[in-house]
Amino acid sequence: MSEFAGAREIRFQLYDLLDTEALATRARFSGQGRDVYDAVLDTAERVAAEYFAPHTRAADLREPWLEDGKVTLLPEVKAALDAFAAAGFLGAHHDEALGGLQLPWTVTQACLSYFQAANIATTAYPFLTIAAGNLLARFADEAQQRRYLKPMLAGRYFGTMCLSEPQAGSSLSDIKTTARPRDNGSYALRGTKQWISGGEHELAENIVHLVLARTEGAPPGAKGLSLFIVPRYRVNDDGNRGTANDIALVSLLHKMGYRGTVSTILNFGENDRCVAYLIGEPNQGLAYMFQMMNEARIGVGLGAAMLAHAGYLHALDYAKTRLQGRHPGGKDTTAPPVAIVEHADVKRMLLAQKAYAEGAMALCFYAARLVDDEMTAPDEAARQDAGLLLELLTPICKTWPSDYGPRANDLAIQVLGGYGYTRDYPVEQYYRDNRLNPIHEGTNGIQAIDLLGRKAGLEDGRALALLSARIAATCQEAFATQGLTEHARALEHAVATMRQVTETHLRALAAGKRNEALANASLYAEALGHVIVAWMWLRQALVAERRLAAAAPPEADYLRGKRQACRYFFAYELPRVAPLAAILERMEQTCAETSPDWL
Amino acid sequence: MKILVAIKRTIDANVKIRVKADQTGVETANVKMAMNPFCEIAIEEAVRLREAGTASEVVAVSAGPAHVQETLRTALAMGADRAVHVETEAELQSLGVAKILKAVVEQETPTLVLLGKQAIDDDSSQTGQMLAALMGWPQATFASKIVLAEGEADVTREVDGGLETIRIKLPAVITVDLRLNEPRYASLPNIMKAKKKPIDVKTVDELAVDVAPRLKILKVEEPPKRQAGVKVESVAALVEKLRNEAKVI
Repeated sequence: MSEFAGAREIRFQLYDLLDTEALATRARFSGQGRDVYDAVLDTAERVAAEYFAPHTRAADLREPWLEDGKVTLLPEVKAALDAFAAAGFLGAHHDEALGGLQLPWTVTQACLSYFQAANIATTAYPFLTIAAGNLLARFADEAQQRRYLKPMLAGRYFGTMCLSEPQAGSSLSDIKTTARPRDNGSYALRGTKQWISGGEHELAENIVHLVLARTEGAPPGAKGLSLFIVPRYRVNDDGNRGTANDIALVSLLHKMGYRGTVSTILNFGENDRCVAYLIGEPNQGLAYMFQMMNEARIGVGLGAAMLAHAGYLHALDYAKTRLQGRHPGGKDTTAPPVAIVEHADVKRMLLAQKAYAEGAMALCFYAARLVDDEMTAPDEAARQDAGLLLELLTPICKTWPSDYGPRANDLAIQVLGGYGYTRDYPVEQYYRDNRLNPIHEGTNGIQAIDLLGRKAGLEDGRALALLSARIAATCQEAFATQGLTEHARALEHAVATMRQVTETHLRALAAGKRNEALANASLYAEALGHVIVAWMWLRQALVAERRLAAAAPPEADYLRGKRQACRYFFAYELPRVAPLAAILERMEQTCAETSPDWL
Repeated sequence: MKILVAIKRTIDANVKIRVKADQTGVETANVKMAMNPFCEIAIEEAVRLREAGTASEVVAVSAGPAHVQETLRTALAMGADRAVHVETEAELQSLGVAKILKAVVEQETPTLVLLGKQAIDDDSSQTGQMLAALMGWPQATFASKIVLAEGEADVTREVDGGLETIRIKLPAVITVDLRLNEPRYASLPNIMKAKKKPIDVKTVDELAVDVAPRLKILKVEEPPKRQAGVKVESVAALVEKLRNEAKVI
């Protein structure tokens, strides 16, 4: 087992929970199987351990810096990204026609999870490049794909997404960057973009920025945004790198965590020589970008889960070796001290971390599987259901892991005590790195409004009904399983509570009371997230119960751990839903009715 | 030149080993398995020799139950051209494996056989030497550098006193040591390609080899737990203990 991610855990998620090897029966994945997936995971773990993990701390201590006007990074970052590309991870999920391997998204996300746990900041570069590549594969025309996507899949070009501006962060409808048509069908771009991760560096031959901008005469608001390919260097017709494309680095941003990922403010077209190429149709930019954002949101959730997991493994190892104190019931003060993992309060902190991390992993891998099902499930109805459920779950995949992942890291620091607060141990960095995840790719507040305002009522409530039916099916299994019937009852009750709360809010929304109904959206996201993660834990416990009879240690201990973490979640966490639901049900307006003058 | 590389499937080097409760062996159920690290080095060397044009074909061979094919696939993904799997459910000891390899060598007629110097599970370090003896071939063990020439090989060996370079005639058996190379990881495209490379399955009966164990395992147990240290009052007491208790000076 590597220090940062449990190989057994990732395989449990993939094979025991999601039956990933069954995907190989589908035409797109024919010829694959568990042997291939295991070999791919082994390579991911190895490249992550050898090239990514070793410089995690060094890159945190040495943020990207400017040298002769150029963004400079530790040389280990480039070596890691070269290894990532050479191993074939950039294009692994793409069509064979594009040079890909047609591996399932579930498997490539599991590979990514190793890299996220090993070094989230260095992983951000390929993370963004893969997301940008997926967008181009779906919406760019053939010539654009040949010119930009092919080199991205080979690791020669990297990608970014450029949405935010200094005055337009969460509110994309206020974007000001403009695109003026030129004679030859391309556009001249002008504007400032902020928080651009990977915005400038010398890691690759070229950087392909995907930029949201407004064409002249476009309607105001989000409906008038178009999406453009804006290369850092223009690309000649023969595919060679041309002249610089008039993109100026205004500033590097200095962050709390993710410090190995260069974050930038960029000025496009200061000299009116920045050429941009429209993707697809004008004014469809936000719809295209959401394709990328949705996928990125699940990836952000998974990253938060993996940082929580890495912190848990470190805290667990520490707690098992650190000797301190005696049991409160012990009278003999000369007795040797016990490992701190023996203390109930330390166990509480470890169980909470395990419950958050592995619950969040289960949620994000479930969503990854829905991506595969949406694309390749044998019948049309199953594909549609997967797509619908994915839409509903995406904001929760973003918010719940990024809310609870940092809480897990906070507990990891607490387990290590004073040592955890020092930079000699990795847990404080996990916390700082993870603290970005509730913020980027759409803040959790925005996600919550999306969830309650748009997704909860999707297709007249069919999405939520579909989710409820799937949870009910798990509960039916649990009712028939000794030891899990109480959990099934509690989960059924929690689902009914949330459906009631949802009804109340949908009625208010339909009556035009949007301000009132959305005032507590964050609480709604947290409560529904808790119900869904409880479901994820019941699914894990069911697998554990089925396997336990035939299992010997250490496997039996691993499965008992699953059962116990499920028990923890139902005893300590699920009961938090009821008070949240009570606040929601009465549509508490304390926050909404507070005058800014009173604060 | 054809190179045959023998590989062994062992418990992953990073897994914490647990002894079975009945002390008959170590726990392997649900334990992550991998290619013996020294065998990876042997495969890597063979593939490099083929990439350099010195060798024309690399054949990986392993013996054991069906699962062994997963490890052979790893060898194929690292670059071996094809594989031979000698299937058996029987317990295999070094001599049995050496006899199986002898039968495969006689069928394949390689110019060179590469093996890891030892396997990380039983640490026997016997199979390569036994194979050389059974074949009547020269052997060079613990290689940290291999230079092949026409009909002979110069092999640098890691010995207790440092390095020793010997020249042996081919065909020969060479077992490889840690510093020979750094094995590559299997890239994803090569993992997919390996699925299509052939694995020739034979049985021990077909090869007419007697693999019956000659050794009996009496008991497997964990190494003794390290005892707590003691503080000594003076240098004299330390010297006294080193001399009379530890008997190291």
